[in-house]
Amino acid sequence: MAAPLTLLLIVAVTIRAVLFRSSWAELISERVEVVSPLNAWKRVVEGLALLDLGVSPYSGDVFHETPFMIYLFHFVVDYAEIVFMIADGITAVALYLSIQTYNKNVFRKQKYALESDRYPADCLELLRSPKEMFYIPLKVAMFYLLNPFTILSCVAKSTCGLNNAIIALFILCTLKGSALLSGILLALATYQSIYPLTLFAPALLFFLQRLYIPVNLRRSSFWFFTLQYAFIYVGSLVVITGLSFFLLGSWDFIPSVYGFIFSVPDLTPNIGLFWYFFAEMFEHFRLFFICVFQINVFFYTIPLSIKLKEHPVFLIFMQIAIISIFKSYPTVGDVALYMAFLPAWSHLYRFLRNIFLVSCVLLACSALFPVLWHLWIYAGSANSNFYYAITLLFNFGQILLVSDYFYAYLRREHHLTHGLYLKKKDGTEATLVLK
Amino acid sequence: MGITAAAARDEFQEELVIRPLHSGDIYASFQFRTLWDTDFLQEGQKVSHYRLFPKSLGQVLSKFSVRELHISFTQGFWRTMQWGQPFIPSPPGAELWVWFHDTVSDVDGNWKELTNVLSGIFCASLNFIDLTNTVQPSASFKPLGLGNATDHRFLRYATLPREIVCTENLTPWKKLLPCGSKAGLAVLLKSEKLFHSSFHSQAVHIRPVCQHKNGLDFAKILDAPSFCIHLCINCYLHLFTEWSLFKMFSRTLTEACPLATSSKVYVDITDNPEGELFELSPATPLLSQAVVLGDRRTYSVFDLTRAETFGQLRSLNLLLRWKGDGGEMLRPLLHAERYVAGFGLQTGEIHTVIYNNHPYRAFPVLLMDSVPWYLQLYIHTLTVTSKSRDNKPSYIHYQPAKDRHRPHLLEMLIQLPPHSMTEVTVQFERALLKWTEYTPDPNHGFYVGSSVVSALVPSMVAMSTNFTQDQPLFSSFVPVKEESSYFVRVYTEPLLVNLPTPDFSMPYNVICLTCTVVAVGYGSFYNLLTRTFQVDEPSLPLAKRLANLIRRIRGVPLLT
Repeated sequence: MAAPLTLLLIVAVTIRAVLFRSSWAELISERVEVVSPLNAWKRVVEGLALLDLGVSPYSGDVFHETPFMIYLFHFVVDYAEIVFMIADGITAVALYLSIQTYNKNVFRKQKYALESDRYPADCLELLRSPKEMFYIPLKVAMFYLLNPFTILSCVAKSTCGLNNAIIALFILCTLKGSALLSGILLALATYQSIYPLTLFAPALLFFLQRLYIPVNLRRSSFWFFTLQYAFIYVGSLVVITGLSFFLLGSWDFIPSVYGFIFSVPDLTPNIGLFWYFFAEMFEHFRLFFICVFQINVFFYTIPLSIKLKEHPVFLIFMQIAIISIFKSYPTVGDVALYMAFLPAWSHLYRFLRNIFLVSCVLLACSALFPVLWHLWIYAGSANSNFYYAITLLFNFGQILLVSDYFYAYLRREHHLTHGLYLKKKDGTEATLVLK
Repeated sequence: MGITAAAARDEFQEELVIRPLHSGDIYASFQFRTLWDTDFLQEGQKVSHYRLFPKSLGQVLSKFSVRELHISFTQGFWRTMQWGQPFIPSPPGAELWVWFHDTVSDVDGNWKELTNVLSGIFCASLNFIDLTNTVQPSASFKPLGLGNATDHRFLRYATLPREIVCTENLTPWKKLLPCGSKAGLAVLLKSEKLFHSSFHSQAVHIRPVCQHKNGLDFAKILDAPSFCIHLCINCYLHLFTEWSLFKMFSRTLTEACPLATSSKVYVDITDNPEGELFELSPATPLLSQAVVLGDRRTYSVFDLTRAETFGQLRSLNLLLRWKGDGGEMLRPLLHAERYVAGFGLQTGEIHTVIYNNHPYRAFPVLLMDSVPWYLQLYIHTLTVTSKSRDNKPSYIHYQPAKDRHRPHLLEMLIQLPPHSMTEVTVQFERALLKWTEYTPDPNHGFYVGSSVVSALVPSMVAMSTNFTQDQPLFSSFVPVKEESSYFVRVYTEPLLVNLPTPDFSMPYNVICLTCTVVAVGYGSFYNLLTRTFQVDEPSLPLAKRLANLIRRIRGVPLLT
């Protein structure tokens, strides 16, 4: 499989290189759907320029990247395009290898279950075959590299690409079973933007499953491993934060980066739900709704972990999707990361209920975003409500997509335990409902 | 010092300078200066006796430990290229800059209270000055009075470009004068005619100065500086080929202010040595020469303290009749413009253009820009070009803005090549504000205060460095340190920038709709997390259910 992957990488790099050299690059790097105040390249350059002028980049409100970014780009700012293309390549290869490992795991478990006769007789058509699973890793890499959202994000040189690379490497290390590397990479991902903190739970569940430790709060083996993993994670986070302190000699970056993510002072329009909500918020309730919206991101972790404790990889997908939808400054680069996983669940297609509607909504919204932005900002014939409406619709489409895949996954699991063709008490064909 | 000795040292001077221009326009500049000898800066001394110095301002100075205070209210924009350099420049709107003493511990607190008190004294809305539009320039606004303290932590500068000047501001200003508007030159300050002008500016400048009278110890001068309060009104009127004081101000002069030691009217006749351009009456034998703004000018002087100035009618009504056309005005050596480039409500560019009209001398200028926080400046896009070549500033002081806390401050020292145009451009992004932060008419736009260009311009004529009491007030406002250059401050236009606005009628709708989308997400996940798949058994029709209820009570087997 190395040859098709290499070919795919070459095609992806060519497309990006062509776009970098065209006049579209300027245009794309200013689009608010692709860059946000947290990850715009213009702001990285501005921060480095402020550092050259002798002013701390965190003294103003323009630079919200972590000191790690200053370290990195201080040396490679002239080769930024290559850095971002390499990051995209790393993400694609990491996703490819992780889905390959995951597929092997899935197939092995299926084989054991089949041998121990745990599947009802009529659900054999739901089982997955190696032939069907052969091209899935390549499709995942393709879905990531050739996704227009990813290409736009790379051409705009949004640091979202680097964050995606770190998360993809974290997923790879988790699926390969290395707790140390997984903890370190998760700490790095959390340090970059706080929301990957919620990925701690699926990673922990995966390791427990892999080491055959039952998830039982009363067993000491569970706590032993959890504390080990938590120690690696928190320790790396503390070390990385401490190293950042020594770059500029001050803790200024904490309110500038993390305070900014949590308190949402900048109301630049983006594809998320926060900006217009807080632009029209009554001052009195602002703090309350900030807390509500931020808790909303972290809130689904525990319930989802309880429901999906046997399926940590799907849980990772769900968590990344929830982060991308409900975070404070989302961009299309975040959306592209969880969309890359969709080929891995292609066997769920028969149980998806709204896929046509969802894809139409997402396509239409992606097309309407630049149109309504132009009408508001440049033509002056629309106002902010038009853009806000498309934002609402886009997020609604994403929520529908994620919950549809969740429904399909749960339903397949139900069929695998109870049989595919279910009958009512009187023998006629049954319909399944959620009750 | 006894009270009588202190009273004898208060001094008040007034003068009016009239500069006729070729198009029939008049530049009239009133200057009123009070010298006040006081040593309330020493410990334990409280001043309770005010003679000529206005009491309201004296109390303000002592309460807030103010060393220098400069406040101006201006309506209109001074067109330097057409009208020449003003004696004392001021930007459109209100401008306030203050040097505090270094004994002050909480400068920001003092500044806030000072702006509120001044807002009451001048009936202006200076209370809109707060930390979001105050800056601390590091090099542009050095003290104009005594003292060599240059710690800019004690300097505060703010402008309100939106501020309008009207009669409400003129009346309290006139009350600061010793004679009020009853005697002397201040009788000409009638608001109906004064606000008819193209440009009207009234200012108060308070600073500590040295006494230069003989007989005082040098040591005493340093310990006890006098305060000089300089009030000036500049106005620029369009008139026809013939004007008189009565036509301009609807009053004539009848007497000098009895409290004034000198009261003079100067008319600039440099362009009219033999009387071929215009004719001035009544004729006066008094002439005076002064070097002002790098140019030697000749003035006809009317001394109001002498009775013969008023003639038989006991009133002085200057009359000037234009006879010929022509005469070139001296082109000002330093001139600046500013404008916003770009389209749309997302980004823009601020262009500041500075002209150096000196034929062969290059000189450095200090450009100070204070941009509000909602225009996000990108300093890496700053370019300075002179004669289409890059011109790197030798000193850049940049303080980035903090959202809702302080504005951007950019100060640069730029060397201007001779006879050239220098363009400074910087890109910015417009922020979307919270709906409560917009002004009542948000589509009018937001004002950005004028840039300040300060420079020591090389002078064609030797300036005199002697600061004596006999010099006219208008030529001695700014202390001259060397003969070959004079200090000039040029203000550019303020900018009007549009920001994207949210829909102000929508707060409740937005909250409902966004919470609906979040609830849809929550609802879907809740459903899938808490419910399990079950085979859908059809439920019994209502009749059978009721029958089952009765059967259960009776203890009989149920229907299916």
